[in-house]
Amino acid sequence: MSAIPPTWGTLPQGSATSPRRVLTWSNAVALALLITLLIGVPTLASDYWISSILIPVLVMGVAGLGLNLLMGYTGLVSLGSAAFMSIGAFSAYNLLLRVPFLPLPLVLLVSGLITAVAGVLFGLPALRVKGFYLGASTLGAQFFFEWLFTNFHWFSNDSQSLTISAPRLELLGWTIQSASDRYLFVLLVSALLIGLAYAVIRSRLGREWMAIRDMDTAASVIGIHVAPRVLQSYAVSSFILGVAGSLWAFGYLGTADAHAFNLDKSFQILFIVLIGGSATVWGNFLGAGFIVFTPILLNRLVEFSQLGFLGDQGALANLEHLIFGALIIWLLIKEPDGLSSLLRRLIPHPRSAPVPEALVS
Amino acid sequence: MTVLKSLLKAAAWTGLAAALTATSLAVHADVGTGQQLYPLFTYRTGPYAPSFIPFGAGNLDYIRYVNEVEGGVDGVKILVQECETAYTIERGIECYERYKNGYKGALTSSIFPHSSGLDVALTDKARIDKVPVVSPGGGQNIATDGRVFPYLYPLVFDYWSEAQIVVDYVAKQVGGHDKLKGVKIATLYHDSGYGRDTIEPLGILAKKYGFEDIQIPVPHPGEQQQAQWQQIKRAGAEWVFLRGWGVMTPVAIKTAARVGFPANRIIGDIWSGSEDDARPAGDAAKGYLAVSVFPPGTQFPVLESLKKKILDVGKSDLKDKSKFGTVYYNYGVIEAIIFIESLRVGHKKFGNRPLNTEEGRWALENLNIDEKRLNELGAKGLISPLRTSFDNHKGDSIAAKIIQWDGKKWDNRSDWITADSTLFASLIRAKAAAYAKEKGITPRDKAD
Repeated sequence: MSAIPPTWGTLPQGSATSPRRVLTWSNAVALALLITLLIGVPTLASDYWISSILIPVLVMGVAGLGLNLLMGYTGLVSLGSAAFMSIGAFSAYNLLLRVPFLPLPLVLLVSGLITAVAGVLFGLPALRVKGFYLGASTLGAQFFFEWLFTNFHWFSNDSQSLTISAPRLELLGWTIQSASDRYLFVLLVSALLIGLAYAVIRSRLGREWMAIRDMDTAASVIGIHVAPRVLQSYAVSSFILGVAGSLWAFGYLGTADAHAFNLDKSFQILFIVLIGGSATVWGNFLGAGFIVFTPILLNRLVEFSQLGFLGDQGALANLEHLIFGALIIWLLIKEPDGLSSLLRRLIPHPRSAPVPEALVS
Repeated sequence: MTVLKSLLKAAAWTGLAAALTATSLAVHADVGTGQQLYPLFTYRTGPYAPSFIPFGAGNLDYIRYVNEVEGGVDGVKILVQECETAYTIERGIECYERYKNGYKGALTSSIFPHSSGLDVALTDKARIDKVPVVSPGGGQNIATDGRVFPYLYPLVFDYWSEAQIVVDYVAKQVGGHDKLKGVKIATLYHDSGYGRDTIEPLGILAKKYGFEDIQIPVPHPGEQQQAQWQQIKRAGAEWVFLRGWGVMTPVAIKTAARVGFPANRIIGDIWSGSEDDARPAGDAAKGYLAVSVFPPGTQFPVLESLKKKILDVGKSDLKDKSKFGTVYYNYGVIEAIIFIESLRVGHKKFGNRPLNTEEGRWALENLNIDEKRLNELGAKGLISPLRTSFDNHKGDSIAAKIIQWDGKKWDNRSDWITADSTLFASLIRAKAAAYAKEKGITPRDKAD
């Protein structure tokens, strides 16, 4: 690290008028990125890019973020992330259907809160068991909710196909329908959730989570109440996963049933965290990009490279899976800390860069 | 030093990735201009690959036949682009987005998603993008009402009609509909949206004819059915309508034999009626019946032509030649025929050129594949006549055959049995109207 102390968190002494700087280098980059994503993408990108790549990457990135708070920051295992997504999706559907006067932002909020409650319930075993055993209990959540939403038809409003499909989504008179509308909606919600994640991570709560992750006994010795913190971690993580579930069902797929949130999806989210990098925020989006985009890219490469003569289409389709799997293994060996650490090495970390004297004040 | 090295390495990788992305996504020369695109959604990988492989082969073989032997459809060549979905909805949506606007100059007229789940997921997108989504034998029954669903085509068949056909067949065996009173018909269904679809129509039919309707669910995947078959025996059911999927079907047939229920009193659903459903049950399946919309067999003239011009000259997509003429292979041929015939309908109105989605929609709702046309195609007995209109996207006469497994292959047990389309029409229209209201859609009132 450089000799200059990190600027964040250091409030200038005796100056009430100039609190923590808002426009840091990284904030500026984030702002520029946000503006590009907000204005540039919908005008430049085609429907194809928006609907089949950008939206799923964003939503899966948010889901990864949800799991990362639990796994990366608090050090707890979960194999039931998709179940929490399904709770969010089914809650949002039922709220939109049964409480029609509720505005969309409130629906997302409430469905997230419902998921948080479920998360706390299924997080209770974390107070007693650890590691693999905890994995088994969250796996229980995965199977329980898939069963619940398949067998109790009330949740899908007795729909014959057991699928939930979004009623018209409206936000302050804006009907969210076209690809770019859905993209903007998903982007907006994602930005808010990222903000929430940052706020939590940088708060006392986030630091206590990390203390628990690093050593729970030591954390309790220095006076951290481990049990409530662990449950809070489940709550925040599930909240984000729940909102991500609503976005997945209504912002991306359009319809969903319980099987859209199966164990495969939970593993996908787990891989996003592993590939993106544990205990990161942006890494989740890199991981999601890798998980969503690589299979499509491989498919298109095969299509354009005219490899058809090599073998039949079936063999090629299976080959893509093999390459994808090999890529994951290679990445985990080469970058055990995830894609975000690769990125950190490439782009010098803004916070370790020298800061002009005038700004440090 | 190491920083520089890793920077260089990273730059090289980024360059490579960018180059790959650019080559893979760049629009190449318009090699497709003047051709009609047929995006073929495949699932050559994943758990359902075994049923796709013969189905895809039937599809591809017929298209190849049209292109190479007949010189295209009215002179218009078909460009096939495969897109692997692995039977997942996410990849399916990606394939839809990839091909909904055509490919390298070739126009898309319609999309065949090859998955009921994907068909449902595309419902809104198809309406917004104005792209026809066609699911022969696997669409949403509610979408029969083309006034509310201009872009959905659940062609050929639905499970409500299937329930009617099964009840009609049983009635014929017991000596007429008036003899149905008191007959016990158990329905053993895969506990899913697909399986549950026949509960409502059978309830209505039971009320109408007075037979006793017994509904028994089997949880997915259905590898254990002892309890259910005991229940069927205890209830004294005389007929079983087996609405299975995958492994559930052979297990049901074997368990039935174990509890002593005769196979020739079990009528399988269309997805319980392929060779791969009956064969694994061994001797227990001898005499087992099934509903068939995609009749197996190689005796149809169109299949004989395929054998001579495609299979025997090594141009077939089929690796295992024994699958030729099986249920799934013929299903593929039937789907390709419907696609090609829709193009011919469009050509008559718009001229012999590739059709766009709007023209493809018009063609799909003006299909008229009658007996005469079926004879010309050499597909008599393979497909039942199909006629659509702006307010009927399924076809005005829905028919299926009953086939029977002789231990080695399927035999026809009946000719086409046509379902009474008036029976449920108003109910389905009411459901469509409710959907229109929920989604804020104004139904069309005339053809356009």
